[in-house]
Amino acid sequence: MSLDAATVRRIADLARIAVTDQEVARLQGELNGILAWIEQLNEVATEGVEPLTGAVRMRLRLREDMVTEGDQHEAILANAPDRADNAMGSFFAVPKVVE
Amino acid sequence: MSKPTDLTIAEAREMLARRALSARELAEAHIAAIERLASLNAYITVTAERALADAARADDRLARGEARPLEGIPLGIKDLFCTEGIRTTAASRILDGFTPPYESTVTRKLWEAGAVCLGKTNLDEFAMGSSNTTSAFGHVVNPWRRRGDNRDLVPGGSSGGSAAAVAARLCLGATATDTGGSIRQPAAFTGTVGIKPTYGRCSRWGIVAFASSLDQAGPIARTVRDAAILLRAMSGFDPKDSTSADVPVPDFEAAVGRGVKGLRIGVPKEYRLPGMSADIVSLWERGAAWLREAGAEIREISLPHTKYALPCYYIVAPAEASSNLARYDGVRFGMRVDPGGDLDDLYAATRAAGFGAEVRRRILIGTYVLSAGYYDAYYLKAQKVRALIARDFETAWAEVDAILTPATPTSAFAIGEKQDDPVTMYLNDVFTVTANLAGLPGISVPAGVDEGGLPLGLQVIGRPFDEETVFAVAGAIERAAGFDALPAVRA
Repeated sequence: MSLDAATVRRIADLARIAVTDQEVARLQGELNGILAWIEQLNEVATEGVEPLTGAVRMRLRLREDMVTEGDQHEAILANAPDRADNAMGSFFAVPKVVE
Repeated sequence: MSKPTDLTIAEAREMLARRALSARELAEAHIAAIERLASLNAYITVTAERALADAARADDRLARGEARPLEGIPLGIKDLFCTEGIRTTAASRILDGFTPPYESTVTRKLWEAGAVCLGKTNLDEFAMGSSNTTSAFGHVVNPWRRRGDNRDLVPGGSSGGSAAAVAARLCLGATATDTGGSIRQPAAFTGTVGIKPTYGRCSRWGIVAFASSLDQAGPIARTVRDAAILLRAMSGFDPKDSTSADVPVPDFEAAVGRGVKGLRIGVPKEYRLPGMSADIVSLWERGAAWLREAGAEIREISLPHTKYALPCYYIVAPAEASSNLARYDGVRFGMRVDPGGDLDDLYAATRAAGFGAEVRRRILIGTYVLSAGYYDAYYLKAQKVRALIARDFETAWAEVDAILTPATPTSAFAIGEKQDDPVTMYLNDVFTVTANLAGLPGISVPAGVDEGGLPLGLQVIGRPFDEETVFAVAGAIERAAGFDALPAVRA
């Protein structure tokens, strides 16, 4: 499988990374190089093999459904690039999403 | 007496305990050394004031006879561990201005054990790299130099700052992380000891995530014993990490001198790569001979899927990275670039400006292999190959107690080499990546030098949660090798 420029643009769009036309051309070459190398995995017979999702087959633990570290409002907002403080409270601020 | 910066952790601990040295003197000597060798660029942030305050508290405790296991020991912290109130960068522009309001579990444990914080060490951006040249804060210079060649060499990566700082005596030990070899490869390139423990041994909580099913924290130090001392303090169950293992932490230090009599050591034939340098081949043979002389039995074993480990890794790791790095969106922390459009434009502009070339490349590969229509062909296939790689090791453990391999296919290379295409750089991790995929402990021990006088490491891989055997074998190699070469640049 070889990526064309439109596919590189589509992936970049899915990944929310802006790319210039020049970058698309370079990335196309680099990504195709990596994918060509990765494709040697097709030599491996994997019929009936259970995929390994983690380093160890462990069952995830459950804990009591209760608040352990609540009331961290200011700590959470402390690194915000932009915030809005108004009568309703304090928020992360972003460009207008809904007209 | 040797200079304070030349001490091992074990020696410093003993001298601090009998008050032959103060934690303050030790901290001051290291702060001065870091300033003097700032050109190595091993640290991104130096926390001199914090170090002196930590040292003062340590001296109080030592005076009261209440010393904890690492009381007064000055450490460097890879700048991938979140440290409360201290800027944390992951060597990326996208975390500009980020100061964590919390402390990673591993560093919290180190401070609770009495360690002194010297600062945050440099790394490849988001721990993605094998040369420490992808850092937004500039490359790190390896304190070693090739004989007759004055070019600056890479310290390896991604924990290049930690490894260079330990080798150049800019700390007594350092934390590091390893997703495909990022502790063991830089340790091998700098003549230091680095262990990636079993997946689940150290909590991942508060460590900037790269590939969550592969990431493990571990120490880099100058001796096997020092690595054992640090790993014990870093390890332990943490309910905040869902994959943290609820198992007891043994006294790793006690295992270092245990010897290898009666142990069966495997030498995997698939690790003998075509075109491997004569230096590496003879080092590996020498390592096996040392262990045989120390009473171990050497057996050739087969790990048939070895050759597929790296391509498997370069699907799994970027896939997980593309998901983990989705959080850097310019909204909640770090850099924001607002081109004046809608929210999607803000995300795309921020991420284009904030991530370096290698990180962008891996996010795109990861996004592609997870995208609709390609998931089965790439990601699911890689997970199945990963299962076969893990099975190779499970089969081997029926025959052997530990596995001996070279740590890296070459010694340190010059800055700027191997940059022609990404895959050439990826091949650095050919011997180390299998232990990440299978979740196994692996250590790199300096065992000799190549024809240019540069250090080479041997790797010992062990069974899950059997770091003690790994330390025992590494200790035997260290004693037999008598590695005493020193880097050209050091405090």
